[in-house]
Amino acid sequence: MTTHAQSLAVSSQRKGFLHWLWTWITTVDHKKIAILYLFGGGLFFLIGGIEALLIRIQLAVPNNHFLVGSEYNQVMTMHGTTMIFLAAMPLIFAMMNAVIPLQIGARDVAFPFVNALGFWLFFLGGIVLNTSWFFGGAPAGGWTAYTPLATEYLGSGMDFYILGLQLSGAGTLMGAINFLVTIINMRAPGMTFMRMPLFCWTSLVTSALILFAFPPLTVGLFFEFFDHIFHANFFNTANGGNGIIWEHIFWIFGHPEVYILVLPAFGIISEVVATFSKKRLFGYSSMVFATVLIGFLSFMVWVHHMFTVGLGPVANAVFAIATMTIAVPTGIKIFNWLFTMWGGQIHFTTANLFAIGFIPTFVMGGVTGVMLAVPPADAQYHDSYFVVAHFHYVILGGVVFGLLAGVFYWWPKMFGRMLNETLGKITFWFFFLGFHLTFFPQHFLGLMGMPRRYFTYLPGEHFELGNMLSSIGAFGMAVGVIVLLINIVVTTAKGKRAKGDAWGIGRTLEWSIASPAPEYNFAQTPLVKGIDAFWKEKMAGNKKMTPAEPLGDVHMPSPTVIPFLMSLSLTLASFGFIFAANQAGKPHTGGLITAAIGIGLMLLLMLIHSIKDDHGFHIHKEEIMRIEKEAE
Amino acid sequence: MALTSKDQVAEYVAKQRRRQELLHYLVTFASMIVFTVLAFIAVALRKDINDYLIAFFIVTMAVVQVAFQLYYFMHMKEKDHGFPALFIYGGALVVFVTVLAFVTMIWI
Repeated sequence: MTTHAQSLAVSSQRKGFLHWLWTWITTVDHKKIAILYLFGGGLFFLIGGIEALLIRIQLAVPNNHFLVGSEYNQVMTMHGTTMIFLAAMPLIFAMMNAVIPLQIGARDVAFPFVNALGFWLFFLGGIVLNTSWFFGGAPAGGWTAYTPLATEYLGSGMDFYILGLQLSGAGTLMGAINFLVTIINMRAPGMTFMRMPLFCWTSLVTSALILFAFPPLTVGLFFEFFDHIFHANFFNTANGGNGIIWEHIFWIFGHPEVYILVLPAFGIISEVVATFSKKRLFGYSSMVFATVLIGFLSFMVWVHHMFTVGLGPVANAVFAIATMTIAVPTGIKIFNWLFTMWGGQIHFTTANLFAIGFIPTFVMGGVTGVMLAVPPADAQYHDSYFVVAHFHYVILGGVVFGLLAGVFYWWPKMFGRMLNETLGKITFWFFFLGFHLTFFPQHFLGLMGMPRRYFTYLPGEHFELGNMLSSIGAFGMAVGVIVLLINIVVTTAKGKRAKGDAWGIGRTLEWSIASPAPEYNFAQTPLVKGIDAFWKEKMAGNKKMTPAEPLGDVHMPSPTVIPFLMSLSLTLASFGFIFAANQAGKPHTGGLITAAIGIGLMLLLMLIHSIKDDHGFHIHKEEIMRIEKEAE
Repeated sequence: MALTSKDQVAEYVAKQRRRQELLHYLVTFASMIVFTVLAFIAVALRKDINDYLIAFFIVTMAVVQVAFQLYYFMHMKEKDHGFPALFIYGGALVVFVTVLAFVTMIWI
């Protein structure tokens, strides 16, 4: 009897777990996809962080034998690739998914199905890339995968790079298209473009940049794919190809990519600084102008990554000037943030600390950026630790600080619980000081001549002190991240419940609804009367937004497993191609057949999705009224 | 037919508009075929005409055909197509600048 009851309990528990897993796999709700992106991106952020620590252990002392040669190259390549494509990008999409529909007063995104597909493609692409550790070694050609090194000399690791990035790149492109259409078409009544919160603006521009920048990456990766797996000659000089073309294609994608990363961070900083200064954002329209201008200019500067290739003085001069002009709109933004804080009632919450810490840090990265934009000087800095310091100041000090500000700021809206502020401030100080300790000395290491991507240096080259400080700083940042993880666990278990207007001084629409947001977001679509719509209503003495429609049934999309299955079938195809690759001769037939099966399954699923009629479902008025009452 | 009621007027206008549209389709379709034939003729006369002139001629007609395709067959001439137009021209501008950089000052 007891055994029977026990087995029943176990089975119901198991069913419970499977049911839970099933809801996450099949979800098309943008708020749940945001959480998936946050944890997917967070997982890869931790993996990339561990790789960074391994690098810093190797470089802490001269002549170290901890990670040598190809192993070091693999860890370094995977650190860069993981952090850019698998940590920063999805964390930005996490913020966009969590916040954008709420900020523009929409009930959902434009294409929930595509949104889910985008997430699963990114996640499985990341898994494909990381399985390389277990199948003959990770890619070792640097995150830039320059040819002909990457296509002809590095073996099977690069196949994982090519196909993993192809998958996750497709996911990113889909996410961007979804957000473009969402922001353009689904704004609430009265939410004109010039009333949108700045995070929506920067996300709009970022999505447009993704739309134009990722196709070159896709094409370039296909070229490498054909070179590597079918022995084509796009980059093979001996057979008439040209390796420089890859550099061009990669940076035509790669330079917009860094703005794709940093613009949403600018948006987050603008929201956080304005909210916690209790002031309207200073110079809103100039911020919008600067954002659009940065987006436009980002396509005209790619050659500054290639000054030392020898493209000639005219090309170098033109692209140097174009690069320096980007400092102007960026400067506009910096001053606008400072003026927003000026005279404001500044609240030093963790989110705001990260935002304020971001400003000087990003300015330092920007200054070294202008230094690098001068071609004669760049000939000295190129491929040294000076460059490493520069891009970590802008990407870690810019993007990651922005993302952490966003995580602390919107965590209550995403999960309904506040993160602990004391632990948050410990995280901030460890992370901030650790960051500067890690990367500030690297400027000098670079100026003293330490080349990037080398796995060791000799004693007596005066690199010891800088590298030791740098490694200590890296562990400081690791402590900060561990405290953040503890914070998350502790507050999830017994944190303070968040109110709708979690910080009490929220300005934008997302704070006008319950935390976490109900499935349908807004019971009634709000009527927007100006910038900082919710603040305006509060100042007029209202507790809630003025509704733009009567209460009614809300139409929702049904959950579906097809996006997940589609991503799985493309993963199968990727593995097929990876194992078809044969350095010596013709590709293996077995692998090609597997790939064909994967692609066939994908086409089949596309057919099923087009034929199957899915009208979604309605949440009824009574149900909505009940949920709204409970939330109060 | 006398146009007495409002409905009849509306129906008449809609019908005329449809006819007008059909005419547009036919004219653009015919001119696109003519352009294609001209392109082949230009190549056939390669011995007598300068190669660059032929290339310029063909590319110009290609651009016109793309415009026809977008505006007449894909409805960009109609209302509420501002954003598609913005993104198409934005993308075209980015590509143009990139290609311009390659052909004028960069050694690939």
